[in-house]
Amino acid sequence: MSDNTLNTKQKTGVVQTTGHSWDGDLQEYTNPLPRWWLWCFYGTVVFSILYWFIYPSWPVGKGWLKGYGTVDYTITDKATGGTVEKKDQHWNTRALLLEHLSEAANDPKRKEMLAKVQAATPEQIAKDPQLMEFVRSVGKGLFGDNCAACHGQGGQGVVGLYPNLTDNDWLWGGSTDKIQETITLGRKGFMPAFGAVLKPDQLDDVAEYVLTLSNEAKPSEAADRGKAIFQGQVGGCYYCHGADGKGLASMGSANLTDKIWAIVDVPAQKTLQDKKAQIASFVAKGVNNTRIMPTWQNRLSPTDIKLLAVYVHQLSGGK
Amino acid sequence: MRHEQIETNSGLMLLLILVVISIGGLVEIVPLFYINETVEDVKGEVRPYTPLELRGRDIYVREGCYLCHSQQIRPFRDEWLRYGHYSLAAESQYDHPFQWGSKRTGPDLARVGGKYSNQWQVQHLNAPRSVVPQSIMPNYPWLLQTDLDYSDIVGRMRALRWTGVPYSVTQAEYDRNVKTFGKATADLLDINQAQDNLLKQARDRDFDGNPSRITEMDALVAYLQVLGTMVDFTKYDEGYFARFR
Repeated sequence: MSDNTLNTKQKTGVVQTTGHSWDGDLQEYTNPLPRWWLWCFYGTVVFSILYWFIYPSWPVGKGWLKGYGTVDYTITDKATGGTVEKKDQHWNTRALLLEHLSEAANDPKRKEMLAKVQAATPEQIAKDPQLMEFVRSVGKGLFGDNCAACHGQGGQGVVGLYPNLTDNDWLWGGSTDKIQETITLGRKGFMPAFGAVLKPDQLDDVAEYVLTLSNEAKPSEAADRGKAIFQGQVGGCYYCHGADGKGLASMGSANLTDKIWAIVDVPAQKTLQDKKAQIASFVAKGVNNTRIMPTWQNRLSPTDIKLLAVYVHQLSGGK
Repeated sequence: MRHEQIETNSGLMLLLILVVISIGGLVEIVPLFYINETVEDVKGEVRPYTPLELRGRDIYVREGCYLCHSQQIRPFRDEWLRYGHYSLAAESQYDHPFQWGSKRTGPDLARVGGKYSNQWQVQHLNAPRSVVPQSIMPNYPWLLQTDLDYSDIVGRMRALRWTGVPYSVTQAEYDRNVKTFGKATADLLDINQAQDNLLKQARDRDFDGNPSRITEMDALVAYLQVLGTMVDFTKYDEGYFARFR
């Protein structure tokens, strides 16, 4: 640094040097810190001391200083929505969360709407446009977080894996009550494997008969043979699918008479041969441990489940 | 000591710098070892991983799942609503290393156990976009094709035992586990039965949908399905865990 950049004060030697000298002539001034900076520093010291008193701070023995700050929260009964207990606890983020949750639960508008959902029957909800608007907006979030991973964002499902919730076909029943039951308890789809029971040509015949049920195939001799297996003791398909092939909601068995295919992707196959082959190979394998709907009762509250059931029901127009 | 002596002796200065900067860390970390309530009391509900789950966890780490997925639900309202109950220290007390984190390219996985079926997990790991079209997760097709290497399971459990995870070798350790976790769980934590336990769980539960093979997919899905399921939160009132902080 050349001399002419130093100010007058330094030139006249008012400011002291640190007394060190490097390389013979290199010295360091001890200019005072700027006032504003110094006061900010003192401010942070005062702030930290106040902080120790308000928030949890120093470890002491096997515990710690919990501070004078407190968080008030109310514990609400999940079933009735009423206040069970009021708590006043030293400040911490977990208590703060409970405060936020109880504030949210006490958010008058939301609370009022949730209480209405809880009190109303599904039919009453469906008739109330304001309530349905609430169900659609809350249901969309719940569905996105919990159901969309399998059933798709719009509920369209994946053919062969996860049922489409937007059509009018319901394996386990499409009433709001049944949907509610399905979400609460989960479901486990099952169909025995017929590969060992039926011969390949018998499987073919059954497939042909199944295709006639939905008018995919025309009546034929093969279909008649298939019918005998379907309706008789050999195949026994009618136990679950019903004599008319319309399925039983209590068994979760598919309706074979409509054009909606939950597992075998019949519409995607071009020729009758391919359609038959797909069905025959499916009947041979059956369903075991591959179509499982998890239970949600430990994850979602009964009100959330009811709301979701109404939401899912309206996706399809419902049954 | 004169300032000049420190400033002109780089070895000494290095040592003193280390002392000064470690004070902050020591003051924050060391008390956690002796404060009683660091790890919440969940009455023995959290157990170490079974041998199969442990191999799944190792695959989780090997594939770098933690780079996009955290396993730490923080006590905020939005996280509570999306993922469920906030994570407890007790829930990762046997994790070495823990899988907490703040980098979420994908969703948090702390409570993913039981949320989806095994089949969904297999399908999703194999080809994520076949079930979630907007997903940016890579495909992991080799998990289904690679047989699980469990030859070193005993060594892996012994290493964890050395860090304090209560896997048992001796009869005394086994008895202690029976007392803490019950007999069924204690059997699963017995290193002497590790390989049998691994094979049994993989065969009984058949996580990957292919009963004829034990693949890496079996192990990984077994691990994912247990995440966040050990503590039964219905047993505790809402304020219980707030008392530990």
